[in-house]
Amino acid sequence: MKSAVVVFPASNCDRDAAVALEQVTGQKPTMVWHADTELPDVDLVVLPGGFAHGDYLRCGAMAALSAIMRDIKAKAEKGLTVLGICNGFQVLTEAGMLPGALMRNARLKFVCRPVGIDVQESQSLFSRKYESGQRITLPVANGVGNYFADDETLDRLEGEGRVVFRYAESDNPNGSMRSIAGILNQKRNVLGLMPHPERVCDPLLGGTDGRPLFESLLESLS
Amino acid sequence: MTGESTVTPEIVREHGLSDEEYGRIETLLGRSPNLVELGVFSVMWSEHCSYKSTRAHLRRLPTKAPWVLQGPGENAGVIDIGDGDAAVFKMESHNHPSFIEPYQGAATGVGGIMRDVFTMGARPIAMMNALRFGAPEHEKTRHLVAGVVAGIGGYGNCMGVPTVGGELNFHRSYNGNILVNAMCIGLARADRIFLSAAKGAGNPVVYVGSKTGRDGIHGATMASAEFSEDSREKRPTVQVGDPFTEKLLLEACLELMETDAIIAIQDMGAAGLTSSSAEMASKGGSGIELDLDRVPQRETGMTAYEMLLSESQERMLAVLKPGCEDQAERIFRKWELDFAVIGATTDTGRMVVRHQARIVADIPVHALSEEAPVYQRPLVRPPVQSDESSFDPSRPVFDALLKLIGSPDLCSRRWIWEQYDWSVMADTVQWPGGDAAVVRVHGTNKALAITTDVTPRYCKADPFEGAKQAVAEAWRNLSAVGAQPLAITDNLNFGNPEKPGIMGEISACIDGIAAACRALEFPVISGNCSLYNETKGEGILPTPAIGGVGLLRDVHRMATFAIKREGDAILLVGETKGHLGQSLYLREIEKAESGAAPPVDLECERRNGDFVRALVESGAVDTVHDLSDGGLLIALAEMAMAGGIGVSITRDIQRDPIPFFFGEDQGRYLVATRRSEAERLIRDGREAGVTVDFLGIACGDKIEAMGLGAISVAALRRAHEEWLPAYMGAEELTPTN
Repeated sequence: MKSAVVVFPASNCDRDAAVALEQVTGQKPTMVWHADTELPDVDLVVLPGGFAHGDYLRCGAMAALSAIMRDIKAKAEKGLTVLGICNGFQVLTEAGMLPGALMRNARLKFVCRPVGIDVQESQSLFSRKYESGQRITLPVANGVGNYFADDETLDRLEGEGRVVFRYAESDNPNGSMRSIAGILNQKRNVLGLMPHPERVCDPLLGGTDGRPLFESLLESLS
Repeated sequence: MTGESTVTPEIVREHGLSDEEYGRIETLLGRSPNLVELGVFSVMWSEHCSYKSTRAHLRRLPTKAPWVLQGPGENAGVIDIGDGDAAVFKMESHNHPSFIEPYQGAATGVGGIMRDVFTMGARPIAMMNALRFGAPEHEKTRHLVAGVVAGIGGYGNCMGVPTVGGELNFHRSYNGNILVNAMCIGLARADRIFLSAAKGAGNPVVYVGSKTGRDGIHGATMASAEFSEDSREKRPTVQVGDPFTEKLLLEACLELMETDAIIAIQDMGAAGLTSSSAEMASKGGSGIELDLDRVPQRETGMTAYEMLLSESQERMLAVLKPGCEDQAERIFRKWELDFAVIGATTDTGRMVVRHQARIVADIPVHALSEEAPVYQRPLVRPPVQSDESSFDPSRPVFDALLKLIGSPDLCSRRWIWEQYDWSVMADTVQWPGGDAAVVRVHGTNKALAITTDVTPRYCKADPFEGAKQAVAEAWRNLSAVGAQPLAITDNLNFGNPEKPGIMGEISACIDGIAAACRALEFPVISGNCSLYNETKGEGILPTPAIGGVGLLRDVHRMATFAIKREGDAILLVGETKGHLGQSLYLREIEKAESGAAPPVDLECERRNGDFVRALVESGAVDTVHDLSDGGLLIALAEMAMAGGIGVSITRDIQRDPIPFFFGEDQGRYLVATRRSEAERLIRDGREAGVTVDFLGIACGDKIEAMGLGAISVAALRRAHEEWLPAYMGAEELTPTN
């Protein structure tokens, strides 16, 4: 499986994503600068966490208009697999590649802590190595992770099995509607999630519950 | 030469210079300074930049060891951590700005210390902090806590550098002067350290980063005076942080440092362009010429005075090898930063500044640095407090424990550290809340342990013993996780040094630090002084915050304080005499801030720490907690809460439980080990001259002691977690959905 990690000027989980990808797939991903116009030939693109362009205005709004995003959007429409983590999820919603929006956390504070996550859907490229209904623990680290969409959209996401990750009951760290932590696009080749699976792929760091996500991708895309 | 306006005695006073100092400037120049020159002298000779009150005393600190690669005097200190790797670190205060504008004050404090570290060629890998606020009931405290914590998070989180720990105290002496001390630790190659000496003539001086604006003018002067009623009017001297630009600056600088283009580099911190250029020239033994018309400017019509004294953030000054300008410019343009050649080094030994084709300042460099005043201010050693500390011996110990564990100085700091991204960079092995934070050295099997410590009430009662204790506690915290302590950075926060009593505190604290550093082979490699922490004549508790760094050779041989197994034996290492003087028990339960500070026997400290560290390194022990604030029973409760396992105390302490459980004797640890190992550990301790006593057994869901009752771990946890969120709750807005 060949992968790439996009680097925006203030991405700061790009290295973490690259390390996790290399650990699980055995292959170093290509780091792609946001101003590049074309992706290398890869099976997976990761939009990492961070603050893209400082995100003083709407998170990910400027990144969504970057040169590389044009190519990513076009290729995703043809089936390229795209994973957006945290700021990457924000970029995907801003780019219109995923429905809804991420707003400031309900408590209006940044929150960084391990959170219980229920895997809702193991039928996806990203989650086949988890069991549906499995309770895992992933860290969140966001100030703007409060997922919002209108009821119709939310019903549709749920009805089509596109809510892959949900915060465990009474463990919703940011006020996300229906406790949504991660969703798929309609073609199921684009996943955005707020928690950070790349930070828990090594037992020394407090868990390995993030590994199956990358193992799922390896199995799906090899 | 042009001077903008004439200098009058009133203007001199407004610049915080004494008549004597002004006379000295005239002698050094051989004429009267113009206004621009006066401004330059006033910031360079300010307490903040010149250390004029403390310089003579700081010379007493030990700064050398075989593993020290760079001691005090550079942007940050550097230690060798093996395999060609170096750790670069420093702690710095941003007290005055944080009181005036807590969010931006704290944020720019974080930004400033990060620049100090990456200007040395290191990638920042962890942030720590040491915070002091006024009494919880003081009207401003809640607002200041909320702002400072958000500011630290806002800057550090965007930079993608984990904030991994820190410390926090509340005390009324900080009501009008909070302390915000931020520490940054970076990682570099030992043979790729960048320094600030601008050696050689004819080399281009380049300005990179943000544009210069009118913000923060005279911040260094503000930090060198007491606050008065009108301190809020000083808000315009507080800078505004832009972590996005800093992130770009970090990446661009590290990229440039991969090349061979840099001769010297220095961040523009306090006193901005003035101090960075003067210090680089001074250290390099050269002169420097600047053309202010080439400085990237955020607004039009700025005067030379404003540009030289601006403290706009996220800026750096570098001296490049001639011919490397284009290569450097390409890197900074890629990161969308300003880049301008604004001058050159010279062999004249003078700092010459041009603006609009006229010379606006012409000053011998040595006059700004080496010739800056150094004062032996009068000092009186304050009396050591040793009054009687009485207590009611009949109080139930577990009631006191419950009260203490939920008190402002001992309760959980979760509310704070959950606002910091502590797990970014995916190397944080010990999270906030432990004895020391531990971050892995990326891609290796070793790790750095980091801690910040000081107990200001001890320093007030006895500045010498209190400062010793601060160093000893840092050393103990690092040993408790299994790390070899290597070096410290110090952040000396005190009141007005022109008062002999305060100067006496400063001098005694420096002696205490020096004594502990020497005995523990734990040198000072960087530091910062923050004086004049007074409002309306009332000073803070003496607060020499110590940031300690240690090395774990094998990150898998590391201890945490959570009890891990039912049935483990709990052993107490070190001697318990029951010293209640200056304890939190007396303060919180008996409402008495009284007694002598606990003495530190440095030889015993060293013996006990070496013994505990060896247990962790050998793999025999994975559960250790140092004993500090609150004493033994607090430490035991923390171990139980973290592990979710109770303890049955089997040792008989019914006779005099309060001093035993709540005394703050130094040099002690609690260790949990398999029961079968306990006898051997006690014997090994005896052979090594270390007192090791059997205390009890890990079991069940409560802490109990024979004849003294019990308390459930759940009740302790509730009290421990409750106070801070409830206190801060009044600051929170109601969620909208």
